[in-house]
Amino acid sequence: MSDSRPAGPAAVELHSATIGYGDVAIVRDVDLTIGAGEAVAVLGSNGSGKTTLARGLLGLATVLGGDVRVLGAPVGGLRERGRVGYVPQRHTVSGAVPATVREVVGVGRLARLGLLRRLRPADRAAVADAVAEVGLADRLDDPVASLSGGQQRRVLVARALAAEPELLIMDEPTAGVDSASQESLATVLARISAAGTTLVVVTHETAPLAGVLRRAVVVDHGRVVHDGPLSQAAAHEEPGMHHHPPGREPGGYRQDQPTVTTRSRRPGDQEH
Amino acid sequence: MDILDYDFMQRALLASLMVGLVAPAVGVFLVQRRLSLLGDGLGHVALTGVAVGVLTATSPVWTALVAAILGAVLIELVRARGRTSGDVALAVLFYGGIAGGVVLLSLAPRGQATNLDSYLFGAITTTSPQDVVVFAGICVVVLLSVALLGQRLYAVSDDEEYARAVGLPVLGLNIVLAALVASTVVLSMRVVGLLLISALMIVPSAVAQLLARSFRQTLLLACGIGVVVSVSGTATSFYSGTPSGGTIVLIAIALFLLVSAGVAVRDRTARRRHRRRVDVHDAHPHEHGEDCGHPRVLHDDHVDYDHDGHRHAPHRTGEGVHYDEHGAGPVGAPQDRRTG
Ligand SMILES: Nc1ncnc2c1ncn2[C@@H]1O[C@H](COP(=O)(O)OP(=O)(O)OP(=O)(O)O)[C@@H](O)[C@H]1O
Ligand SMILES: [Mg+2]
Ligand SMILES: [Zn+2]
Ligand SMILES: [Zn+2]
Ligand SMILES: [Zn+2]
Ligand SMILES: [Zn+2]
Repeated sequence: MSDSRPAGPAAVELHSATIGYGDVAIVRDVDLTIGAGEAVAVLGSNGSGKTTLARGLLGLATVLGGDVRVLGAPVGGLRERGRVGYVPQRHTVSGAVPATVREVVGVGRLARLGLLRRLRPADRAAVADAVAEVGLADRLDDPVASLSGGQQRRVLVARALAAEPELLIMDEPTAGVDSASQESLATVLARISAAGTTLVVVTHETAPLAGVLRRAVVVDHGRVVHDGPLSQAAAHEEPGMHHHPPGREPGGYRQDQPTVTTRSRRPGDQEH
Repeated sequence: MDILDYDFMQRALLASLMVGLVAPAVGVFLVQRRLSLLGDGLGHVALTGVAVGVLTATSPVWTALVAAILGAVLIELVRARGRTSGDVALAVLFYGGIAGGVVLLSLAPRGQATNLDSYLFGAITTTSPQDVVVFAGICVVVLLSVALLGQRLYAVSDDEEYARAVGLPVLGLNIVLAALVASTVVLSMRVVGLLLISALMIVPSAVAQLLARSFRQTLLLACGIGVVVSVSGTATSFYSGTPSGGTIVLIAIALFLLVSAGVAVRDRTARRRHRRRVDVHDAHPHEHGEDCGHPRVLHDDHVDYDHDGHRHAPHRTGEGVHYDEHGAGPVGAPQDRRTG
């Protein structure tokens, strides 16, 4: 799919990039180029640094070294940020004040509208379409807190879809989602991928999206240890199996593994 | 004797109308962000502004406005740095604000000794005609800002990280919200008082949350509740001779308890009615949905799932979904019949 595409600027470009939190490096020395229109799975065991890598692209984790470019611009330098969509791994559903599916997904659309423009009828239609695509059309005006966990994840997918982004970064969109919904997610992703959207999908389950994602990047202990067709990545994502590139000592990664577990506070925890 | 025969009461009622409308309009965002006590803190800071105004014989409303907005900006900058010390910095600012206010006020020359209580807890006789003009200005600015930026403020309050990821100016919006809170604090100075304004921001929203299903509904309902408790509390304080701020807040809390009790009773009876229905059989192996294979049947305003000879209606509660028995057999034409 990607080979037939015109050679524009790459959607994602990392050159010996090091990404982390505060001054603790988590993802180290990564070289990675994802062309416009590609559909890439990011695989790896728990704690390997997949989320950190994704957050680095979004300006939510710190680029500590090297070069990270998204849609041709350095992180944070992209003018129309609505061109990048994001499905976070965790949602901070505060739940304090009820909000409907329509309201939460509407936020995704806002990202396209600059600072003062309000949602117009076309935007509202896009919001409703996005919700329908994740199979929640009959829940549009229900409070999000009344949805099940898997349905709430689908709301977050809809929120990202509503922005109609050029680059869609999804962090485990299928976690906790039933197989019927996974299939319909695969259908949606296939459609937007065919329309030219670049997909970067962090996942542990490649099977449901195998028809869409062609290339796999396997992260292990903060480094990219495999980059190639998804079909060849299976061995790398098996739990407990760490494949290391030739010439590297197995365990060498462990030594430079940061002792982040001793940090008691994370940047995301600051609010009270 | 009519309450509106008195000029000061007309002004007090006008001020209470404005504060009742505005306080919940910013308060809902604070509740959503779990920053309910920000208004309280800025009230403390505003007291130093009041004292400076009294000492320099300028209008305390203006000096309080300047102090509260400066405090608001400072707080957001500290919060944005996100260090553990942020908590302590806020405490220093808040308590410094009230301590500074008390000490400075005590230095005021005898002749213009000011009644501290009236600033802290509200007093209906104190609203001057000039105050009403300033308050009206604040009221318009706050309501316009919420109307214009409300969707963005909601976005940042709902999921700050996502807002940052998609490029909303998070720090700027946070500062705007804090400045709106600061302005509301000052608006409340005469009628509700600096120590109690936070209650008028939070409690109407807490009541509205019990009844509303969406953020927008919560916002509008909270504003309505705010106006009712604020105006009725001000009027009550005229007849009872009690401080207006305390009276307003007690009425709001009474309303909150009443509605909480009402909602609890409603849920209890609803649950009792369910139990009989739930008894029909054990838990579901799956959640009914568009693709679950059970025929969907329209039933009044909702959809039932035809299931082994009886119909199930999904019922959403705060804890999730369960199914109610809605009788046996289809009521209407079954849609998209499939095998289960
Ligand atoms: N906000 C943070 N501050 C400091 N360290 C963090 C933070 N978030 C994650 N880490 C650390 O970074 C490392 C990689 O975490 P990351 O969330 O990127 O893993 P992951 O590959 O997404 O794992 P999972 O499959 O469990 O989602 C872990 O050791 C984790 O403890
Ligand atoms: Mg992760
Ligand atoms: Zn079913
Ligand atoms: Zn059943
Ligand atoms: Zn029920
Ligand atoms: Zn029914």
